[in-house]
Amino acid sequence: MPSNASIPLQSSKTAILADKYSFLNLARHALSRHQNWGQVWRSPELKSSYDVVIIGGGGHGLATAYYLAKNHGITNVAVIEKGYIGGGNSGRNTQVVRSNYFYPESSDFYDRSLQLYEGLTQDLNFNLMLSQRGIMSLAHSRHEMETQRRWANAISINGVDSEVMTPEDIYRIEPSLNPNPTYPIVGGFIQRRGAMVRHDALVWGLARGADALGVDIIQQCEVTGFNMDGGRVTGVRTTRGDINTEQVGVAVAGHSTQLADMAGFRLPITSMALQAMVSEPIKPVLNSIVLSAMIHVYVSQSDRGEIVLGGGADVHNSYAQRGTVPPMEHNVRSMLELFPWMSRLKLMRQWAGVVDISPDTTPILGKTPVSGMYFNCGWGTGGFKAIPAGGETFAHTIAHDDPHPLVAGFGLERFYTGALIDEGAAAGVAH
Amino acid sequence: MLQITCPYCGPRDETEFSFGGQSHIARPDESVDDKTWGNYLFFRDNPKGIHYERWCHTQGCRQWFNVARSTVTHEIKAVYGMLDPKPEFES
Repeated sequence: MPSNASIPLQSSKTAILADKYSFLNLARHALSRHQNWGQVWRSPELKSSYDVVIIGGGGHGLATAYYLAKNHGITNVAVIEKGYIGGGNSGRNTQVVRSNYFYPESSDFYDRSLQLYEGLTQDLNFNLMLSQRGIMSLAHSRHEMETQRRWANAISINGVDSEVMTPEDIYRIEPSLNPNPTYPIVGGFIQRRGAMVRHDALVWGLARGADALGVDIIQQCEVTGFNMDGGRVTGVRTTRGDINTEQVGVAVAGHSTQLADMAGFRLPITSMALQAMVSEPIKPVLNSIVLSAMIHVYVSQSDRGEIVLGGGADVHNSYAQRGTVPPMEHNVRSMLELFPWMSRLKLMRQWAGVVDISPDTTPILGKTPVSGMYFNCGWGTGGFKAIPAGGETFAHTIAHDDPHPLVAGFGLERFYTGALIDEGAAAGVAH
Repeated sequence: MLQITCPYCGPRDETEFSFGGQSHIARPDESVDDKTWGNYLFFRDNPKGIHYERWCHTQGCRQWFNVARSTVTHEIKAVYGMLDPKPEFES
């Protein structure tokens, strides 16, 4: 991040105007050897009162604040984050965005999210390095191929792009795939709009965009409790003091249960560790994102050249941000089944994020038993791709005290009415 | 990698076992309202601390048993029978 302590902080609006990222400004700053770029966002003091407090400075929280300000004109907003921006699950995912879901509710929502991603670089004036290289799902048996054809057709009927592929199509895109795998590749399907996004750029861009519209981003500030009055939230207690507010939006992924405990209600969430890892960087070799549900792995190559791989979550409840050995071994073994030549690569980093898994793998977004309090959670293993639409719909839900139509089916009521959205495609690979 | 001490077979690697989620859940009477039934079906304890959970020695004796385990350190505090009361630990 460009920052320079010797530069006095400008007011947010002028800061972003002065530092709009453009060829002209790049040239202007080149004259002073790029020493005078302003801070990307302010570090304001926490005020004692806000119209809306967003808990969680991850992608969903920042996007919510951004859209509250941009779409609803609500700018007296604080985003409070116990760590730092980009240090939680926003920096622990595998950067894949796609909308190849089965059910119409999911498809409509995730495709809205992908559409927003397609315009977000321009919207935020921050290069998210969106690379729509396509996500390719492999089938390894005739029966799996039938299921995938049905899945691909459902996606098409939902109005989202998908193409059924032959083995020849697949090997044309990825010539380095194992030509003779234990489980032969009999076909698959591709969503060509499926993409990778630089995840740090997303949260930095959203933080900068929200800040420029007047939102206060407060890092190193942990919530310790809520102030309530007769079933209504009236304030948030934090390690930096109390905040008075009438509306609280919570977007804290794996720690949603702890926040719900403080507010006095239960959530149908199980927290688990989901891990991923990257190899040392190599020259461009993968042309798409390759996913195999049966072998249970997905592999892609980041813009820095690292091979990125991920698979299923750890099997048991966990709040440890490190992951366990058996899933790691499984991921690597699966990668080598698809790409035996990768055995020569060294793994460079391995990490885990704590994900919030809901019973039907569909998110929980909407109102709660506490008036004025809204939750955005249950994204499980697929929260990253949902960030723009999650923020947009959550902002709408808070601004109108009523769920956005795209997330009307994502409320807590469904666990009592039985209207579950059992989205097997949520992870692409099984949980 | 966890090492789980099966009460019947002794200490074995985690990969021999299947995880069965929260234990000590009592099925309510069928006459309960939707709210109670929904809570029973879908709402689980998700503590950041000691979790009382079921495991099955799937690739061994195939017996179910209970484990008290920290969800932060993964340390196993106790292994006990399906019908035993849960041992109390500070979370």
